[in-house]
Amino acid sequence: MTETVIHTDKLTRKFGDFVAVDAISFDVKAGEIFGFLGANGAGKTTAMRILCGLLSPTSGEATVAGYDVYKQNEEIKKHIGYMSQKFSLYENLTVKENIRFFGGIYGIPRKELLEKSNELIERLGLTSEADKLVGSLPLGWKQKISFSTAILHEPKIVFLDEPTGGVDPITRRQFWDMIYEAADRGITIFVTTHYMDEAEYCDRVSIMVDGAIAALDKPSEMKKTFGAEDMNGVFLQLARNAKRGEG
Amino acid sequence: MASATGNKKMNNLFFLLQKEFRQIFRNPTILRMILIMPVLQLILIPLAADYEIKHIAISVIDLDHSPYSKRLTQKIAASDYFQLKEYGSSYQKSLETVGDGKTDIILTIPVNFEKDLIKESKSKIHLAADAVNGVRAGLGTAYAGQIIAAFNNEIREEWVQFPRYVEMPQIEITSANWYNPHINYYLFMVPGILAILVTMVGSFMAALNIVAEKEVGTIEQLNVTPLKKWQFILGKLIPFWVLGMASITIGMVVAFVIFRIIPVGSYFTVYAFSAVYLLGILGIGLLVSTFSDTQQQATLFAFFFMMIFILLGGLYTPIESMPEWSQWITKFNPPAYFIRVIRAVFIKGSAFSDLLPDFYAMIAFAIGFNWLAIRNYSKRSA
Amino acid sequence: MKIFLSFVRKEFRHVIRDKRSLIILVGLPVAMMLLFGFALSSEVKNSNIAILDNSRDETTHTLIDRLDQSQYFSVKEILHSEKEIEAIFKKGEVRLVVIFPANFQENLLHIQKAQVRLVGDASDPNTSNIIINYASGVIRSYQDELFGLQKMPYQIELDTRMLYNPQLKSSYNFVPGVMTLILMLLGAMMTSVAIVKEKEMGTMEILLVSPMKPLMVVFSKAVPYLALCFFDVILILIMAVYILDMPIAGSLPLLLAESLLFILTTLSLGLLVSAIVDTQQVAMFISLVGFLMPALIFSGFMFPIENMPIPMQVISNIVPTKWYYSIVRAIMVKGLGFAFVYKQTLILLGMTLLFLGLAVKKFKVRLE
Repeated sequence: MTETVIHTDKLTRKFGDFVAVDAISFDVKAGEIFGFLGANGAGKTTAMRILCGLLSPTSGEATVAGYDVYKQNEEIKKHIGYMSQKFSLYENLTVKENIRFFGGIYGIPRKELLEKSNELIERLGLTSEADKLVGSLPLGWKQKISFSTAILHEPKIVFLDEPTGGVDPITRRQFWDMIYEAADRGITIFVTTHYMDEAEYCDRVSIMVDGAIAALDKPSEMKKTFGAEDMNGVFLQLARNAKRGEG
Repeated sequence: MASATGNKKMNNLFFLLQKEFRQIFRNPTILRMILIMPVLQLILIPLAADYEIKHIAISVIDLDHSPYSKRLTQKIAASDYFQLKEYGSSYQKSLETVGDGKTDIILTIPVNFEKDLIKESKSKIHLAADAVNGVRAGLGTAYAGQIIAAFNNEIREEWVQFPRYVEMPQIEITSANWYNPHINYYLFMVPGILAILVTMVGSFMAALNIVAEKEVGTIEQLNVTPLKKWQFILGKLIPFWVLGMASITIGMVVAFVIFRIIPVGSYFTVYAFSAVYLLGILGIGLLVSTFSDTQQQATLFAFFFMMIFILLGGLYTPIESMPEWSQWITKFNPPAYFIRVIRAVFIKGSAFSDLLPDFYAMIAFAIGFNWLAIRNYSKRSA
Repeated sequence: MKIFLSFVRKEFRHVIRDKRSLIILVGLPVAMMLLFGFALSSEVKNSNIAILDNSRDETTHTLIDRLDQSQYFSVKEILHSEKEIEAIFKKGEVRLVVIFPANFQENLLHIQKAQVRLVGDASDPNTSNIIINYASGVIRSYQDELFGLQKMPYQIELDTRMLYNPQLKSSYNFVPGVMTLILMLLGAMMTSVAIVKEKEMGTMEILLVSPMKPLMVVFSKAVPYLALCFFDVILILIMAVYILDMPIAGSLPLLLAESLLFILTTLSLGLLVSAIVDTQQVAMFISLVGFLMPALIFSGFMFPIENMPIPMQVISNIVPTKWYYSIVRAIMVKGLGFAFVYKQTLILLGMTLLFLGLAVKKFKVRLE
């Protein structure tokens, strides 16, 4: 039996009267690619921010990498990587400087960091761009660098918040190749997206509606249960009844 | 093991500092801010801040046209304080020039001025001053009064028959202006502006920097790392502390090159106070950044606090002239301490030991504001 | 037009939703008015002084009492030697030391002459001057009291009138100054930063593909600031009249119209800056150095323009705040009509059109 790396039980977050995350419970196993789907405003990002230790929960339980989100949020941070929806590299630092900075912050020893960053730059095919400011690169590249930086310190879990927003299908495909590669190395992937085709790439997906989890299964099983041809069909059936968000 | 983790902590801080310095030196705005701001402020404000009341424009309306009235007019015109703008023909017309702002004072010598003075032993002169600026009006009329009184004495001496010197006991008053005998306003203003400069550079830059990270979203990326709060705060404090010290150094160079002003006291005292003061001011900047989400907000907050701090800091108006309540506020106003200290060291050559109480106060500010900032800064939103 | 209005509504919402900024935008003028009105004054009261009395007789004791009792001074310390003067000045504890030489009373009564020496700490030259004057006044009035005043023949009496501001209130000077400063801050700085922010965040692009003309998008962002500026003007005027007892001598509609003109001047400055620069920090920096500092230096309310070196006096003419300040003073304090301010008005109008023209030209090049 594989290890559980994320565990939540009735995890809830309220903002005033508004229940952003409504008693969600699920487990994520090590090495899994876990898709976290939902309409805009369904509560995906809020839930993810709680798991990353950026936001305190209101009630319920959750552990990430075995640490409690209430008290051990600083411990959690040592074992996760995070790539936010907003682009999160420093635009006025070069590719190399960004990689070394974030690697350094995670305490990767200097010598190892030097090797790793060189290797990474080579692997991404960015050798000639290594000394260019990140701000001058196209979005697709930035996102690849961002992802690679988030897993440079070999975290147990990496959280990706709509990582492929705004890029072309080819770049998205390449991005998912990188995700698989990371998963093969044993890194658990927790990814939110609103591209339904991407949902098919996940081992398991959960669909959030109005702050609660409406369905959680393997994509193939889910399609069977709802009698839908693809994930889009599943999603539409569930989201139709949503009370908030635009769809 | 313990030393290994300690080493790691220092490493984190090193990476943070390296990143901050890179960003600062790549950002021309920040460099301009620490270079151009000090130079411009230091040159322009002291040049502007000449409060000596002189060149008072006076308009004389002589309705008497007598030898005495002419003599008085000449005396006024010859004085250094006044600039004789015109011989007015009527009060109404001269009043219009006051409205235009061309004349400050109208002096009217009435008909029969000379006759009344000799026959009735008493006569009158009318002064009307543009009192929008009360200080200027008060001093202007006082100067005019002095000239008229002197003139009056002359006339009296010409007419009074009995011996002039009735022996009257007299207290002779002599006075001296220490430290600035020639009343050089630059000497007063330059150190004050220097203090303001450090204040502005420190508070604005620190606040804007952190809020910019919030706005772009990179702060979130830092918040999910195991970076400690104190590492983050120190990583932000140290670079701007260095910049602040650089800007006070630039300021002192400008003060010397342009105004030939160097501290009478020791540079050690200047730097020791600046170092601690800057920590406090940066703490205020950090604090501002914790309760603003956008750079626009941060600018506003920083501007608001600095405006109040500086106005109540005794740069323009002495603190002891303030009412009780605002003097009390001033006790919690860091710039008030620093302005006083910098002036004391620059002008009077006060030594570190003379200013010990101020030093303690500044240490308290530095600890207090940074403590508040650290407490308010949270890697996780509640 | 309808689209424009809906854009303006959106911008208003932006501004109003940011409660913290709103509090400051309203609080700043209030705080400044209160500070200038009640806290700041260059009058000297209760200054700490020290005494070095080498005579210690009845007269010097009485004189010391007199000084202490006057509203200007409080005697903080009695010194024992000349050496202590330096030390006490360096600590900054007193502003003035009054020195009586030995045998003060004896000299006064027997050789009709006695000396007193006033040493001021002129590191603050203004205050030192004023304090020495006040101290001399206290000593002289004591002397007059001791020996009586002679009735003088051939007396020229002085009849002095203080025009516009008979009580010599300082508010007449600073209220127009606070207005210019606040409007510069809000109109030029806040507006430019708000617009540049959209550029920086990339949201400008989204607005530009809307059916609105690009220029109108930019203008719609300025409208809420225009409203805020006008609100602050009214707030300041209300405080001036009801809290500081400073009536508006001239025509209120004229004053408001001129203020509106100046608000437009500051907004067009803000637009111009936002057309040129790309980051908020640069916009802020330009506003601070280019607008707020000149507004402070050259409007004439903190520093007397007539005392400045000639080059600076010349420069002051291209600073819009100087003209607005003189307009406000003329209308509000002196009660003058349009005939007295038409020149300044024309200058402001010219500047506004110039800035606006430049801004529109720049924007057209960049946006279309």
